[in-house]
Amino acid sequence: MDIYLPIAEVSLDIFVLLGLGAAVGFLSGVFGVGGGFLLTPLLIFIGVPPTVAVASSANQLVGASVSGVISHWRRGNVDFKMGYVLLAGGLVGSLLGVSIFTLLKRLGQVELTISICYVLLLGTLGALMIIESIRSMLRLHRPGVARRRLHQHTWMHGLPLKARFRRSRLYISTLLPIGLGFVIGVFSAILGIGGGFIMVPAMIYMLGMPTAVVPGTSLFQIIFVAANVTVLQAFTNRTVDAVLALVLLVGGVVGARIGSRFGTRLRGEQLRFLLALMVLAVAAKLAFDMTVPPGDLFSIAPEKG
Amino acid sequence: MSAPRADRSERSACRMLVLAAGLLLYASPARAQALAADLTSHLIAITTGFTGASVVLFGATDGPGDVVVAVRGPDRDMTIRRKDRVAGIWMNTNELTFGNVPSFYAVAASRPIEGILSPAAAAFYRLGIANLKLEARTAAPPGTIETFRAALERIQQQAGLFVSRIGKVDFLGERLFRATIMFPSNVPTGTYLVEVFLVRDKDVISGQTTPLVVSKVGVDAAVFEFSGRQPGLYGAIAVLTAVVAGWLASLPFRGA
Repeated sequence: MDIYLPIAEVSLDIFVLLGLGAAVGFLSGVFGVGGGFLLTPLLIFIGVPPTVAVASSANQLVGASVSGVISHWRRGNVDFKMGYVLLAGGLVGSLLGVSIFTLLKRLGQVELTISICYVLLLGTLGALMIIESIRSMLRLHRPGVARRRLHQHTWMHGLPLKARFRRSRLYISTLLPIGLGFVIGVFSAILGIGGGFIMVPAMIYMLGMPTAVVPGTSLFQIIFVAANVTVLQAFTNRTVDAVLALVLLVGGVVGARIGSRFGTRLRGEQLRFLLALMVLAVAAKLAFDMTVPPGDLFSIAPEKG
Repeated sequence: MSAPRADRSERSACRMLVLAAGLLLYASPARAQALAADLTSHLIAITTGFTGASVVLFGATDGPGDVVVAVRGPDRDMTIRRKDRVAGIWMNTNELTFGNVPSFYAVAASRPIEGILSPAAAAFYRLGIANLKLEARTAAPPGTIETFRAALERIQQQAGLFVSRIGKVDFLGERLFRATIMFPSNVPTGTYLVEVFLVRDKDVISGQTTPLVVSKVGVDAAVFEFSGRQPGLYGAIAVLTAVVAGWLASLPFRGA
């Protein structure tokens, strides 16, 4: 059964869209990543114009994250205080990111810049995560070996403005999450994504948050970032297809519910290992795409204005 | 809901057509009008369930001859980009903008065009994809323009927006003809022109142009219009809808 999308101006099979939403929702439920970095390319693949795909994924992300946060919150796995602090940095960062994006667009090559950014970012993150998670899995199988120290003192702990984050069992400087939020805000505005897949590993490794609290807190932050992107896109580019977003959402929320249950059954290091694999796979795919001769050397540029 | 309306317009169009054909065949003085044609519907309504549409063109001629039909969507500028390998990576290196590109183009004829029309006449009346008058907006070496034009034609054909296969115009007897024009689901909106030509001795004898409107109707049109008129509010509502949908979706699971 086909459905006509008023902004994208194409008819697509509603079941394909529902399935796509469910698959991405599942991932977001398990890992607490928005899934925008997978959804957008998939939408483009099935025939949605790229500009509409980016903007409408942001719209569906808002809803998916809301339902994800609610289910994590019921289990007490959202650190709201941490979320607000990250968000404060994130909103400032996304303002800077939007102006960088505009500049890149004027210079041309914005797509390539995005791809290279993705590959570098995802490749590095994925490699680090996979090494760490394998190490910790091996450690579990050898009970005699001393466990990792809970608390390592680095320069980060010397920063001022310390605050207690109860849920995350952390006593750190607020400058850390603000800075992290800022950097991610910049990236997510440039890459047109919620930033969950950068946020999640950074929360685990840089801030040292317990893995259980990470997905809910990350999703909480994504709600606002995605809402911000949706309104901005609707205002400047008029590319938000609310009908498309809603259909994706229907599939997405079901997937997210199943995903978040599945996620709680996994152990922390298994979760991190799977996420690392996924991140690496996306990076490899993007790197591969850049070097493979395209099927068609020519393409039609999106309409200006 | 829109079916009866479409029916009515179809019936009245048919009536007009019969009238026109009757006038032509019996009442008109010789050579007054060699060709008369009309569409069964002048509106293609894009609704939520839209998967493409077809419109029937009817007409009559004043005697034997061939009929060629061209359907042209609104013209627009189109930019084609070309990728090249730079340091192992494929990136867009070159682009060329064409003006006067019809957003949709299809041709139908009663016999293969090459057999019934001289190349000069086909070029003059812009019949056939190769005869479209696409204007390169940027200066480029002639060879480059041709390659880019070929790419544009190929991409538009793959998207089903330039229909490469010549459609069929069927004659019912010697004077009455009909042709079915198919539109894909990604058909661009706007005012189309349906041009009908009567061809004899390899040249166009007579021609007629009929407008055809492709437009969104109902909820889709409302959504589209609203998004253009009140973009900020539209964005806010889109976000709010998503929030409510996300919240609602988490309700049935409560307590489970």
